[in-house]
Formats: sequence, structure tokens, C-alpha cells
Amino acid sequence: MSKLLEVKDLKVSFNTYNGEVHAVRGVTFDLNKGETLAIVGESGSGKSVTSNAIMRLLPEPHGFIKEGQILLEGVDLAKKTSKEMQKIRGKDISMVFQDPMSSLNPTMKIGNQIMEGLIKHQNMNKQEARKTALELLTLVGIPRPDVRINQYPHQFSGGMRQRVVVAIALACNPKILIADEPTTALDVTIQAQILELMKSIQQKTDSAIIFITHDLGVVANVADRVAVMYAGKIVEIGTVDDIFYNPKHPYTWGLIGSMPTLDSSDEELFAIPGSPPNMLTPPVGDAFAARNQFALEIDTVMEPPMFKVSDTHYAATWLLHPDAPKIEPPDAVKHRMQGFAQTGTKGGGKQ
Amino acid sequence: MTRYLLRRVWYMLITLFIIATFSFFLMKILPGSPLQAEDKLSEEQKAIILEKYGLNEPIPVQYAKYLGGLVKGDLGVSFKFDNTPVTTILIDRIGPSALLGFQALVVGSILGIILGLLASIFRNSPIDFSSTIIAVIGTSIPSFVFAGLLQYVFAVKLGWFPVALWGTSAHTILPTIALAIHPMATAARFTRTEMVEVLHSNYIITARAKGVSETGIILKHGLRNALIPLITVLGPMAVGLMTGSMVIEQIFAIPGIGEQFVTSVMVNDYPTIMGTTLLFAFGFIVIILIIDLLYGLIDPRIRLAGGK
Ligand SMILES: Nc1ncnc2c1ncn2[C@@H]1O[C@H](COP(=O)(O)OP(=O)(O)O)[C@@H](O)[C@H]1O
Ligand SMILES: [Mg+2]
Repeated sequence: MSKLLEVKDLKVSFNTYNGEVHAVRGVTFDLNKGETLAIVGESGSGKSVTSNAIMRLLPEPHGFIKEGQILLEGVDLAKKTSKEMQKIRGKDISMVFQDPMSSLNPTMKIGNQIMEGLIKHQNMNKQEARKTALELLTLVGIPRPDVRINQYPHQFSGGMRQRVVVAIALACNPKILIADEPTTALDVTIQAQILELMKSIQQKTDSAIIFITHDLGVVANVADRVAVMYAGKIVEIGTVDDIFYNPKHPYTWGLIGSMPTLDSSDEELFAIPGSPPNMLTPPVGDAFAARNQFALEIDTVMEPPMFKVSDTHYAATWLLHPDAPKIEPPDAVKHRMQGFAQTGTKGGGKQ
Repeated sequence: MTRYLLRRVWYMLITLFIIATFSFFLMKILPGSPLQAEDKLSEEQKAIILEKYGLNEPIPVQYAKYLGGLVKGDLGVSFKFDNTPVTTILIDRIGPSALLGFQALVVGSILGIILGLLASIFRNSPIDFSSTIIAVIGTSIPSFVFAGLLQYVFAVKLGWFPVALWGTSAHTILPTIALAIHPMATAARFTRTEMVEVLHSNYIITARAKGVSETGIILKHGLRNALIPLITVLGPMAVGLMTGSMVIEQIFAIPGIGEQFVTSVMVNDYPTIMGTTLLFAFGFIVIILIIDLLYGLIDPRIRLAGGK
């Protein structure tokens, strides 16, 4: 598979009144053509900052890329000028945001908001752009596009607005689509529809998708691979099957263990105690140690490296060190892992 | 839309009726009489004058006659100014005032928007600081101070413009500038604040994510949204221009409504005072209507269609 995007040791900080916030502290991953990578983690773990850094949408100058490379087909986006980035954003990489109620311009017609990128990046004239916009509205499942194209955002429901946002993002056939919690602000039923839409788009276009969520539950049937983020780092990364059937990091166990199950008799919950560390002063050693019931002594002193579990599966926990005690995931987690095996994931466990 | 407009006009008429009634009775209650300066008049002479203007009739009758006249566009006859009908006086004088007010509003708001826009684009730069200083000076110093200053520098010292009076368009320049400073300062302050806020909105990030250029962000996505709240202050600003012009017209000896109003108040010329008040009220109501229509034009969420 060919590498479309390689993020190498990305570090992002914010200069604030209280000091430097180390929001992303060395993130490395890659994205292949046409695949969906989910980034999961509690809120505040640095998912949005990572995606905004890739898009170069950080609130410069106080938010900045401190170190690292963002290679899009081998070209480093971190070194691009803001003028050069204007030609890449919306064309090679585009983005869907969390809150559809505020992410559309209230005083501009939907059609014009979709056509804007087409006119800019594809050199289309108004008629061509309008025709493409109508096709896009159909693609994202908006009924009566010929009427809707002339309407304003306030005439759309939340779910419909998110479809419009998706249409805007897809307008120029981007190589990468970043969706930052695209369903979080929506009702459950609408969430499912938008997820369906994302999947069908994945099949119809050859865009790769970075799907960001704090909800591991939606990941299983959307993603090909999963990266688990904690305190500005990726702590475990692997295929969906790696993460759901063979999770290695206690933080991933926590995320799986705190997922609600359909099985109502199953009262056991393996929730993660405490709250994420303050990124003004990230802890020494393993950032998760303070909340980890399986923490080892070395966790408070030294940061674990990425241990290789398999060719596709890596995790940063000292528990994987040959000398570490052998620890099994808690029962609640195992229980859920068996549940996944029955319902299936997008990967091997499907059907 | 037509239904909406008709209803608005109907409300305007009711408002004007209430204001007319209010100002009529206020004039009756207030101490002072048009004859008080004329101590030399004998009681008989006074009686003749009161008779002539219908001032010795019962108040309800006076009120009825007044309203009857209003319907026909008759605002009564001035006690001063050689018994000229008030309507004629106002028509003669409305031209200069309307021209000055309009010029000042257009110049002031356009310059103010540009200034505020520049300040918001180059935030915390010298441009921003100078714009803030201009805004503070323009808001806090009364317009007659500027008027005097402009008169002294550009008319007396440099001789570029006429010192005062009315006639050519050169006569309008200094008073227009003096009047425009306040609306300009207000517009600049408002535009900057709103732009800074709008530029932090999520839809601006969406536009950036589409690859829209910075100019496009500011002009296509930012400005229109920032202008919506500005329209709200345009109304009071226009009214301020109407009243502010009283002083300016006095300073530049411009034969406008404001100057006329001041004179009328000093000599207790009731019909003219009431007529001018009604005219101001009318202007105010029309401005509010225009602003509401502008809202609908700029903000699609406030479309007035369907007689909402
Ligand atoms: N503009 C900002 N200024 C300062 N700190 C920020 C800013 N944006 C994000 N952060 C910090 O970066 C960290 C990661 O945030 P974020 O990426 O938004 O988390 P999430 O995983 O929920 O998307 C948080 O600790 C947050 O406080
Ligand atoms: Mg986020």
C-alpha cells in the first residue's frame, strides 16, 4: 500500500498566559490511500489539535508546530507558507467539523458555500460549479437539491447541515478527508445516518478518511485502523481487529471497558478513574500512570517506547516489556471483546 | 412584503398621532407664552392676538382644529416669521438639513467601516491603535468643538472653504465633516469589535478549510456578518445627526431645520415647535423602517416576507 500521509514526531504547543501548553507531544502515524483511520481518545487528548495542525489551521502564532513533519505524498506541509496552504486546503485535504450549527456561514446561500471551493481550486465557472454542487447535494443525500441549493443554513436541520458540510468538504475530491467528531453534536438516529453517509462516500470516492471521535463505539464498523490517543501521544495503534480483539494498553482497556453494552444484565463497567493530566506540565514517565491500576514502578520514571505487538500493531506500555509481569485485561473488557466478536468489525470479524 | 409594509405604515401613523397629541398638550401645560416678551402690548392688543390665533377657544376645540389641520398637512401658522404657514417654513428648511445629515451618515459610516476593518485586520498594529484613538476622540469630543476647529483651520486660516452660510456644495463640506466624525467613530469601534468576534466563528474556520484566501475571508465571509449588529446602531446614529445638526447649523449659520428649531424654542413659537417635533418624529420612524428593511436585506434569518 502506498503512503498518502506520514506524520512524524509531530509536536504542537500553545503559548498561553499561564505558559506553554504541550497539546501534542510527538505523534507518529501514517495513512494509506483509501483507508479510514480512526483517532480515539478522551476529550483533551489532542485529537483536534493534531488534525488542525495537519490542515495548518492552528491559531497562529500562539498555536504552533514545534517539531515534526507532516508529509503529504512526501511533501512537508509543516514547511508550507500560508499562501501555499490555501491551495492545498479544500483540494488535497479537507475537513468536516463537529458542530454543524455553527460551521456554515449564516448569510451565504448553501450553493455558494459549496461552489466557492470548486471555483477556486477547479477553475470552474459559475454554471459548472453549480452543476457540480447539485451533484454533491445529491451524493450526500439532500432531497430536492435544486431548491435547497438556493437556501440558507438556518433553513436546514442539524443533520442536513452536516450533510452540506460533508458536501463542501468533498467538493474537490480531496485525497484526505478529516472528520473531527462529525456526529458528536447530533441526535443518535442522525448520528447513524451521517456514519452511513461517511461509509458510502468511502466506497464511492477514493478519499482516505481520518475519523476523529471520543466514542470507541462508532469506530468498529467505520475504521480500518485505529490510533488511541492519550495526553498528546498515540499510546496504541493497530487495525480495528488488533484494537478490539487484542488491546494491549491499559488505557485502551479503559476505553473499551467503559463502553455501554446492549446486554443489560452486564452491569460491570471498567471505567478509567481520575482525569487527564494538565498539559501545561505533562507528567514525567508514562502520562497515564496516575490513572493506571496496572502501573509499574518504571512508569513514573521513564516513558515507555512503542513496543511492537505485530506488523500492524504497536502499543506504548511497559507491560509489553519482556521483563514485565503478564497481566490480562480485566473481565469487563474481555466480556466486551467477546461481544465484538459476535457483532463484527469492519475488519476480519465482519459477519 | 406589501402587507408587512402596509402594517408598518399604519403603525407609523398611530405613532405620529400619539406624538402629535402629546406635544400639543405639553405645549398647553408648559409655562411661557408667545406674548410674554411683548410687555408693551396692552390687554386689548393681547386679546386681539389671542383671538386671531384661536388661542382663547376651549382647549378641546383647539385640539380638534389642530388634528383637522394635520390631516390636510396643515401644521398651523407660525406666531413669528410673518405668519407664514409652518409647513412652508419646514419645506423651505428641510433641504439643507436633510442633505447635511445624509452626507454625514454616508461619509461617516463608510469611513468608519473601513477604519474598523483595517483595525481588525491589522490587530494590535499602529493602524489599530490610531483607529482606536480616532474612535475615542470622535466619540468623546462634542461635534461643535470639531466644527469650531474646522472653521478656524480650514476656513479662517487656510481659506480653503467658506466660513459659514449656505449656497454651493463647498459650503456643505466643513459641516458635513463636523457631523460625520461621531458616526465614523461609532462605526469604526463597532466594526472592529464585531469583525474580531466574527473572525473567531466556526464558519470562518470552515472557509479557511476550503482554502479561501484571507481577503475572501474578510470581505466575503466576515464583513457581511459583522455589519448586522452595526445596523442596530445606525438608527440612533441617524437620529443623533438630526439633533446634532441643530448646533452645527447654528455654528455654520445654515438655514436648516435645526437652526430654525432653536430660534422657535427661544421665542415660544408653539406651532413651529410642534411642527418640527412632528417632523423629527416622522424622520425617526422612517429611519427605523429603513433599518428594519436593511436587516432583512443583509441577514437572511430576518426575512420580512409573508407579513411576519
Ligand atoms: N487554542 C488553544 N489554546 C491553548 N490550549 C489549547 C488550545 N486548543 C487546544 N488546547 C489544548 O490542547 C489540548 C488538546 O486539545 P484538543 O486537541 O482540542 O482535544 P480533543 O482530543 O478533545 O480534540 C487540551 O489540553 C487543550 O486545552
Ligand atoms: Mg476535539
